[in-house]
Amino acid sequence: MRRSFKIVVLAKQVPDTRNVGKNAMKEDGTVNRAALPAIFNPEDMNALEQALRLKDRFPGSKVELLTMGPPRAADIIREGLFRGADGGILLTDRKFAGADTLATSYALSMALKKMNPDIIISGRQAIDGDTAQVGPQVAEKLSLPQITYVEEIGELCNDKFTLTRRLDNGVEVVRTPFPVVITINSSAPACRPRNAKYLMKYKHARTLTEEQDNEHNSYLPLLSLDYLRITEWSVSDVGGDESSYGLSGSPTKVKKIENIVLQAKESRRLTSEDKDIDELIKELISLHTIG
Amino acid sequence: MNNIIVYIETQEGKIADVSLELLTKGRTLSKRLGCRLEALIIGESVEFHKDELFAFGAEKIYIAEDPRLKFYTTLPYSAITIALFKEGKPRIALFGATPQGRDLAPRVSSALSSGLTADCTSLEIGDHKEPRGEKEYKDLLYQIRPAFGGNIIATIINPDHRPQMATVREGVMKKESLPVAVNGEVKRINTTKILTAPDFIVEIIERHIEERKIDIKGAPIIVAGGFGVGSRENFGLLSELAKVLGGEVGASRAAVDAGFAEHARQIGQTGVTVRPKLYIAAGISGQIQHTAGMDQSAMIISINSDPDAPIHQIADYAIVGDLNEVIPKIIRAYKNNSK
Ligand SMILES: Cc1cc2nc3c(=O)[nH]c(=O)nc-3n(C[C@H](O)[C@H](O)[C@H](O)COP(=O)(O)OP(=O)(O)OC[C@H]3O[C@@H](n4cnc5c(N)ncnc54)[C@H](O)[C@@H]3O)c2cc1C
Repeated sequence: MRRSFKIVVLAKQVPDTRNVGKNAMKEDGTVNRAALPAIFNPEDMNALEQALRLKDRFPGSKVELLTMGPPRAADIIREGLFRGADGGILLTDRKFAGADTLATSYALSMALKKMNPDIIISGRQAIDGDTAQVGPQVAEKLSLPQITYVEEIGELCNDKFTLTRRLDNGVEVVRTPFPVVITINSSAPACRPRNAKYLMKYKHARTLTEEQDNEHNSYLPLLSLDYLRITEWSVSDVGGDESSYGLSGSPTKVKKIENIVLQAKESRRLTSEDKDIDELIKELISLHTIG
Repeated sequence: MNNIIVYIETQEGKIADVSLELLTKGRTLSKRLGCRLEALIIGESVEFHKDELFAFGAEKIYIAEDPRLKFYTTLPYSAITIALFKEGKPRIALFGATPQGRDLAPRVSSALSSGLTADCTSLEIGDHKEPRGEKEYKDLLYQIRPAFGGNIIATIINPDHRPQMATVREGVMKKESLPVAVNGEVKRINTTKILTAPDFIVEIIERHIEERKIDIKGAPIIVAGGFGVGSRENFGLLSELAKVLGGEVGASRAAVDAGFAEHARQIGQTGVTVRPKLYIAAGISGQIQHTAGMDQSAMIISINSDPDAPIHQIADYAIVGDLNEVIPKIIRAYKNNSK
């Protein structure tokens, strides 16, 4: 029996927190988010690769991305298209703003109900929060099983997938039916590069918002081809309970943000000169810290 | 009941350290709130753990035993936890930030629409007043964690939803048993009433558990390297120093991400937390996510060529210099002065 799947990849645009350099700091010592590049969350890239591999293995399958964010997060969908995805949806609405993981999962799950996929794949966690909560919460909201920390999607047998999970202390192989939510670890294979053919094809893909933006339509031709339209959904498109979205749907609140002022200890400054190092070692030996 | 409950994780027949650390913390919180400290343990045969849990202060232990629960799988474990929380309505629920806790806690929080804060580094009790003073809340759980890029500490609260849920990494909180165990009670959960066939649609077909080979948590001396070390080869310099001093090699996340060191060596908020008697930080800038995992070390030596690197501020001895020059000198000085 030939099978094909409808696969949705959950992907997030995140500030690149891995290298918060000095130029990303404001005068007052806080982080200047605007100075950080917005990137495709790394583990969501691993997730995209797993989805594309399923599409390669099961011809006729379709891969779509689903992302929630501001209008510029349309970049996430384009990046997916350039690498072999078939389409994507951007959930964007002021009413989604201020969402914690629970309100985010609610929004994603409402969109997923409309998309109705067989397999949902996301990265294990996003680097701007490292919470790893959205995958399991989406699964719960859709009453689906969740398989987290997955490194490999293996064989399909009797309508069940064999998945390998990579945990701190070893490996676990599980078998699951679908629909299912799978979260992928960074230890899974990296994503394939952009494909020149798709880059040409989707170069002008954009959302309606982008098209209405002056900067864009001044010199680009009007969209005549359907596949170049990136779909945007707002709260009214996905329906559901308005108060469950965004800030009002978020049980967790930030009470306080403190900037770090490192407490200066009484520290002794030393140079790399032999004399300094020698004295230090003698002192540590006499304190029985070493030796 | 409005009590505090700790989810107890077992690994290969042993209670995970993080669960005992959470009970230790739970004792302080429950005393402050004047409520009971409880524990939930799930497995095939786990009742024998009860004495250890009493010794760590659990006053009531919920036990869910069933041959089908031999290994953790999401659906049945979460069904039991959700059923218990719905009935018992705990005010606070704590989980280890382990692969298991990070799989289970979000599922439970979603089912109960309660908030969940990941990787807290500190938990406190305090009050809260809405900014416009409309409402006042007493005795909330302050869930404190570093956030965003490292230079802020956020205090998160869940004013209106219960339980207030948090995960905490292993090693962040102290683990201390009581001098005299609590004379507590045991309540068995009827699993057949909760579990249904669809809870078992995911099967485990194979497990290879490897003992963690690298154990930096127990090391008395840690020589940690950061991105400034520059390469995997150059980490050999740190290994040499660690060997000479009888310690272990640790690393910052930037060094792990760059492939200089194994993930098991990562120290900090998303790695291990360590408290050695000596911590040497070489080529590490000292972002909060890193220092959160090592600032309780008895003595800290920093080696960084940037005189303004934040790591120097928390060091007892701050060496401003090139690690490639300093580390061989330390090795030489040690060899000359010991014996
Ligand atoms: C959610 C989240 C969780 C995180 N969790 C962790 C965590 O658990 N652990 C962790 O470590 N980080 C964590 N981070 C990352 C953290 O914010 C920093 O990015 C990271 O710690 C920086 O590593 P580093 O100090 O090695 O690198 P850098 O910041 O790049 O610093 C390198 C340092 O080396 C010095 N240097 C360069 N060459 C030399 C030389 N030859 N001799 C001496 N000094 C030299 C430089 O002056 C510089 O100070 C996390 C970040 C986020 C957002």
